[in-house]
Amino acid sequence: MSIAVKNVIKRFGNFVALDDVNLDVSGGSLLALLGPSGSGKTTLLRIIAGLEGADRGTVHYHDEDVTKRSPRDRNVGFVFQHYALFRHMTVFENVAFGLRVRRAPKDKIESRVRELLQLVRLEGFGGRYPPQLSGGQRQRVALARALAVEPAVLLLDEPFGALDAKVRQQLRQWLRRFHDEIKVTTIFVTHDQEEAFEVADRVVVMNNGRIEQHGTPQEVFDHPANPFVMDFLGNVNVFQGRLQNGKMLLGGIEMAYPDYPHGESRAATAYIRPHELDIDRSPADASSLRAKVLQINPNGSVAKVRLESENSHLELNVEINLDRYAELGLRPGDLVHVAPRRFRVFFPEDYAI
Amino acid sequence: MKDLGQPLVAGRILPGFRLSLGYMLVYLTLLLAVPLAACLAKVSSLTASQFIAAVWTERARSAYLLTFGASFAAAAINVPLGLLLAWILVRYEFPFRRILDSLIDLPFALPTAVAGLVYANLYVKNGWLGQFLVPLGIQAAYSRLAIVLVLTFIGLPFVVRTVQPVLETIDAEIEEAAASLGATRLQTFSRVLLPALGPALTTGFALTFARSLGEYGSVVFVSGNIMFKTEIAPVLIVNQLEEYHYAEATAIALVLLAGSFATLAVINSLERWSRRHGC
Amino acid sequence: MDADRHAVATAEPQRRFRQDPLLIRIPLILAGIVIVGVLIVIPVVNVFYQALSHGFGTYWRNLVDDADTRHAILLTLIVAPISVALNVAFGIAAAWAVTRFRFSGRTLLVTMIDLPFAISPVVAGLMFVLLFGLQGYFGPWLRDHGVRIIFALPGLILATTFVTLPFVARELIPVMEALGPEEETAALSLGANGWQIFWRVTVPNIKWALLYGVILCNARAMGEFGAVYVVSGHIAGQTDTMPLRVQKLFDEYNNPGSFAVASMLTSLALLTLLAKVWLERKTRREIAAGARIGSAVPRIDDIGETP
Repeated sequence: MSIAVKNVIKRFGNFVALDDVNLDVSGGSLLALLGPSGSGKTTLLRIIAGLEGADRGTVHYHDEDVTKRSPRDRNVGFVFQHYALFRHMTVFENVAFGLRVRRAPKDKIESRVRELLQLVRLEGFGGRYPPQLSGGQRQRVALARALAVEPAVLLLDEPFGALDAKVRQQLRQWLRRFHDEIKVTTIFVTHDQEEAFEVADRVVVMNNGRIEQHGTPQEVFDHPANPFVMDFLGNVNVFQGRLQNGKMLLGGIEMAYPDYPHGESRAATAYIRPHELDIDRSPADASSLRAKVLQINPNGSVAKVRLESENSHLELNVEINLDRYAELGLRPGDLVHVAPRRFRVFFPEDYAI
Repeated sequence: MKDLGQPLVAGRILPGFRLSLGYMLVYLTLLLAVPLAACLAKVSSLTASQFIAAVWTERARSAYLLTFGASFAAAAINVPLGLLLAWILVRYEFPFRRILDSLIDLPFALPTAVAGLVYANLYVKNGWLGQFLVPLGIQAAYSRLAIVLVLTFIGLPFVVRTVQPVLETIDAEIEEAAASLGATRLQTFSRVLLPALGPALTTGFALTFARSLGEYGSVVFVSGNIMFKTEIAPVLIVNQLEEYHYAEATAIALVLLAGSFATLAVINSLERWSRRHGC
Repeated sequence: MDADRHAVATAEPQRRFRQDPLLIRIPLILAGIVIVGVLIVIPVVNVFYQALSHGFGTYWRNLVDDADTRHAILLTLIVAPISVALNVAFGIAAAWAVTRFRFSGRTLLVTMIDLPFAISPVVAGLMFVLLFGLQGYFGPWLRDHGVRIIFALPGLILATTFVTLPFVARELIPVMEALGPEEETAALSLGANGWQIFWRVTVPNIKWALLYGVILCNARAMGEFGAVYVVSGHIAGQTDTMPLRVQKLFDEYNNPGSFAVASMLTSLALLTLLAKVWLERKTRREIAAGARIGSAVPRIDDIGETP
């Protein structure tokens, strides 16, 4: 079922949580709302669920305006950040709750709950109580409970936030596989970029109550719409320079930038990802920067190299793969050349980070 | 954690707001607001001089003096008593400690009439305790002492239960620090512990005082209710009522109410003060 | 007096205090025992002693054969449960309104709930006489319609309900505040309506606190004297509750009878104490369990923090 959010504004006192937000979610997709604390992602999720009322704007489920509808009548499955399991009920009763309040026949409840417990790999746990479960188990009960009523939409609020790393990893993969099976429109909130990228079909990057960008993980990473998105999704080197006559000038080097052919010089900021910089012993062309190696940090499958440019004393963070690292035989103190393979330009007056 | 003054259920997502608030308001209006308004209405039917005449008779004045005086005395006695009991319950181990702890709450659970009845009987000439005290000249029944005694009983739990939590959360390290700096046990107690307990003791005092001000059931048994000697204000109010002097009774009641509310306000600001100064 | 404060505190504390020397401890402990003994234990024992002083037969007759005493017992057993029931309904409504919603005037209402504690029972009775007594504001109207409130059962119920108003609410509010609205919100999202949320989710979580409040409320209701004295007109056999009966018998110099009724009330007090101790432990454990499985959520959404 598709979801459309139109022109939603939400304020808490003087604080603007959502500032004219528009979002379209296609049916059956798995969407991540990604952003730092205070970006409004949870508020947006709760407004979609009906747990919070928008001050202005509308929410549509499949073209139907549900803005005024209580969460009861929206047929959403909501998984709360701290699970909110009913502590006085067994796992079985927790999962059965939605069906019981709809007065479903007993045998139907029985079979559906068993089915769900199997789905979340908690068969045999039916008689346990929430305080007896681990974090990951509680999480799965919360999920099963939300799914029991066959919701049209599944909404998860920081589903893996309170779990430790290993369990988080497992559950992430599990959620991805699970969605492939069930194909319910799913939206989850996270502040972890890695999580969003690993699990979701599409990512919505939010900041300060606004949607900064909306696209597939690849799109958003390779073609960030603005400095915030670029900076939020992974590391980035930021340089101030000037554009003139189709060239970007910074720190003593020049790089071709045909998109700006004008003679008028203009201040611009270049954003370069660590893996978009190459290190070489000899200069490639006019776009190579001489720099000294400060620190080398082999990290998994890449080597993270920190350098300082000779002339302008800019700090550079470069990532090269291990083969290249071995090839170069780098050591701290070495003088090398760093050249950007690609870079992105944003104008400082358009954005204030 | 930023508190924006609006919790998760801002916007009244959960049902039942109107029903619960409505019922609450109706209930409070009918049971609290209307009776209090009746009081004020009655008193306002008196002119200022009539009001003074009602509340400032010699009889009334001795009643106030007795009521406030006895309540103050009972609260004052309860402070060291309560401190001692809280101290031994929290810091010492001894047989039947748990039972003792539970018994402290008895004055809270026992009907005041029973308290009055038994206290009157215990301290008369041939009562269990009176037989020892009366020969010594101590009249603990049908006297002012009797009033203070029974009010002390009524108020016993208040200081104890206010001091206990504070005593339990005092860190042993504070005492060890004082000792390492050369303080004797007495100095540690008077300079370190007592000030820390100050707010709790004051709150306990105020609670006992407020409770004693309005106490009727027990005092009416033990005091003998002798005008000018052992008649407390609530008894005076009842007397006026029985003579159908409604306005006068209400006037005196208002004086009593003013005293109680003032004490309540003091308690509230004490609690706020102690919370701010991190107890 | 704040049971909730005490309840939180009497978890088994770490005894890390510097132990006072024996010379100090023994006298203090003895002093404490003497204080409690003289002020509390001796009176309680005395009640039963006096009640049974003329033998068990007389004791029984005092309670059962005396028609007025029988009626007093009956009256107490009618008035107290009604007051408790009314205050339970109020307590639940108040706790729900105050802990699950934010609205202006909330703090004022919470303060109002505590007011009956600050008002002398006699004054409470006085207020109802002012309203419904023969010379009260509604007196003539009531008389014309043949309705008796003062000097009759409704008056007793009103006075008792007023005096015990705060008890249930004061137990429920902190517990519901500590538990937070998470479970109820989850139930709502799963499709439950108001009553379903209340019965299936809220009540199981507050049942011990509720029971505790009921027991305290009942003890106070059965033992209330001052307010009932004023509104009852103390007509023996008609409007005397048990505490009033105690006084009447005492005034008639019938000590064994008076103490017989008093012994029933004392037994009730002792039972209340037992229940209090037992329930305190249960409510404390519940709140602790709730905090552990993390359903007391900070009262903000992602604005501010997410650990």
